[in-house]
Amino acid sequence: MLKGLITFRRRSRLLLGALALAVAGLAGAPAAQAADPLAYPESQSWSWTGPFGLFDRGQVQRGFKVYREACQACHGLDLLAFRNLGQPGGPEFSEDEVRAIAADHQIEDGPDRQGDMFMRPGSAADRFPSPYPNEEAARAVNMGSYPPDLSVIAKARHGGADYLYSLLTGYRDPPPDFVLQDGLHFNPYFPGGQIAMAPPLGDGFIEYTDGTPETLENYARDVSAFLMWAAEPKMEERKRLGFQVMIFLFAFAGLLYLSKRKLWRDVEH
Amino acid sequence: MSGHGTYHFKNPVVRWFDTRLPVFSLMKSSVTDFPTPKNLNYFWTFGGILTFLLAVQILSGIVLAMHYTPHVDHAFESVEHIMRDVNYGWFLRYLHFNGASMFFLAVYIHMFRGLYYGSYKAPRELLWMIGVVILLIMMATAFMGYVLVWGQMSFWAATVITNLFSVIPFIGPTIVEWLWGGFAVDNPTLQRFFSLHYLLPFVLVGLVVLHIWALHVPGNGNPTGVEVKSDKDTIPFHPYYTVKDLFAIIVFLIVFMGFVFYAPNFLGHEDNYIPADPLVTPPHIVPEWYFLPFYAILRAIPNAFLGVVLMFASIFILFLLPWLDTSRVRSGTYRPMFQVFFWILVAVCIGLGYLGAQPAEGGYVVAAQILTAYYFAHFLIILPLLGIFERPRPVPTSISESVLGKGESGARAQADATAAPEHRG
Repeated sequence: MLKGLITFRRRSRLLLGALALAVAGLAGAPAAQAADPLAYPESQSWSWTGPFGLFDRGQVQRGFKVYREACQACHGLDLLAFRNLGQPGGPEFSEDEVRAIAADHQIEDGPDRQGDMFMRPGSAADRFPSPYPNEEAARAVNMGSYPPDLSVIAKARHGGADYLYSLLTGYRDPPPDFVLQDGLHFNPYFPGGQIAMAPPLGDGFIEYTDGTPETLENYARDVSAFLMWAAEPKMEERKRLGFQVMIFLFAFAGLLYLSKRKLWRDVEH
Repeated sequence: MSGHGTYHFKNPVVRWFDTRLPVFSLMKSSVTDFPTPKNLNYFWTFGGILTFLLAVQILSGIVLAMHYTPHVDHAFESVEHIMRDVNYGWFLRYLHFNGASMFFLAVYIHMFRGLYYGSYKAPRELLWMIGVVILLIMMATAFMGYVLVWGQMSFWAATVITNLFSVIPFIGPTIVEWLWGGFAVDNPTLQRFFSLHYLLPFVLVGLVVLHIWALHVPGNGNPTGVEVKSDKDTIPFHPYYTVKDLFAIIVFLIVFMGFVFYAPNFLGHEDNYIPADPLVTPPHIVPEWYFLPFYAILRAIPNAFLGVVLMFASIFILFLLPWLDTSRVRSGTYRPMFQVFFWILVAVCIGLGYLGAQPAEGGYVVAAQILTAYYFAHFLIILPLLGIFERPRPVPTSISESVLGKGESGARAQADATAAPEHRG
């Protein structure tokens, strides 16, 4: 019986091994067929990684400047209000700066007493206005493409900020055998490799006032950081509370474990 | 659940109350004094963990529902409103979202515990079957909750899953339209899913009460699978198991809160942060991780009808489990061959989960077919035959004996562990 059992065990282990091999082999096959010119987002080092990582104020502020000057004309930020820019855990612009940024935007309001809609300068409580009245209008001026809203884009793409950075710095000439549609641009990080957005950033495009070198890489990194904050504006609060909760839970678990041991000492179990 | 108060309480108010409605007696007999086997291991704490998680989901859900708008034009934005503008809304939402994953994690451990230790065997068949009903309702609740976010995966998951019912002969398409409240997944679908998502957790509470009631009739099983023989085998639930369960709940919470605070979106899919768009199909529609094994079974079969039947059968077969397992020995601890097949089954379920996340093409489908066949073979062929051909190890005569014998049998257990490394830990 014992001998039989051992053979049986060996056989079952063989079976498991064969199964694992089969799964691995089968899994490898489709991966090898993946289109060659496409690339996976390159991993960058970010200030907010790890349990204590926070946003870099200066970086997020610069990123907002990049968004304003290079992205905002086509990409909305519908879920954000101007007041968010002054909240703790983000760019933390001063109240005056927030008011000035808001006043730079025209907001549709109304109806007034005559029943007409009217435009007025924005206030801190307003949300960022959409660049287009509707999706159709957006497509009409973008050769049929719809520039997505960027409020949660850093959470809505695989790779997050790494993806955004790779995409923004990833424009290059297509490989010789790559068939590029008219009006599209080659970018190996974009699904399918063809993107309607023309390269939005380049060295020296935007003026930095804090001495940060005005390079494509810096612009891309800063705006990716800004968009990560825009997608997750409560991250710093979350990590801070998380640390407190963890300390409590570990201490509580320790006390409970000791109580349990003391209580069970006399029970044979 | 006795009809009359059986305890004499010193406090006159409590006594007055208890003689009229014996809730205090009930608490005492079913909670504090409840005789519980003294040899339960930490796998027995998952019932308490699950009860706790159900309460967390209901409480966080009630607050979320105060701020959520079940309308196709507002649902996605109202979730983000909760995340951004509601006080601690981000916490409630991440708690609820990750809570669903933790619920399934705990329920799967709870179920595999039952599978390993034979918890489904007489006289606990009904207890087990109520558990399977709980699993089904839980899955429906989780699925509808996922749809409420109204992201791309929400919408397309709703489309794929509701369309499953269209394979029912003759009345299928009618049923699907009835589920949708129209001719496509749209606002009526979202609104009824919200209503049901709020209702079903309370159905779960009722089922959990039945589950615990059915548990308290025969009492807890235990790792030896030997029924309680005398008072020496048991200890009162309180304080021994209240403290042990609470400790386990807090340890589980550390994992849970690790996700909530440090990786809140790790278990989700990026596409669900894209608002639902009926005109754009995501390249890969995948369900949440806890549905992946079932999704793999569904897609393994080229025939839609058979795929749906097999997927539902993979759960319904659990109703028959008490009668498919023919072994007279309850606990897997004393069943050497069963142990091997148990761990193969665990590996097969994880393998199916992996395959459910892959595109349904080529080798993945073949692998899913093999694993699906094995899954059913485990219950329909292996378990019935094992009971006949397996020679179990000697079973202790009582819980106390197994506990007292620990010293000498330690060496034997050591040898067993070396022989069966998959059972270590």
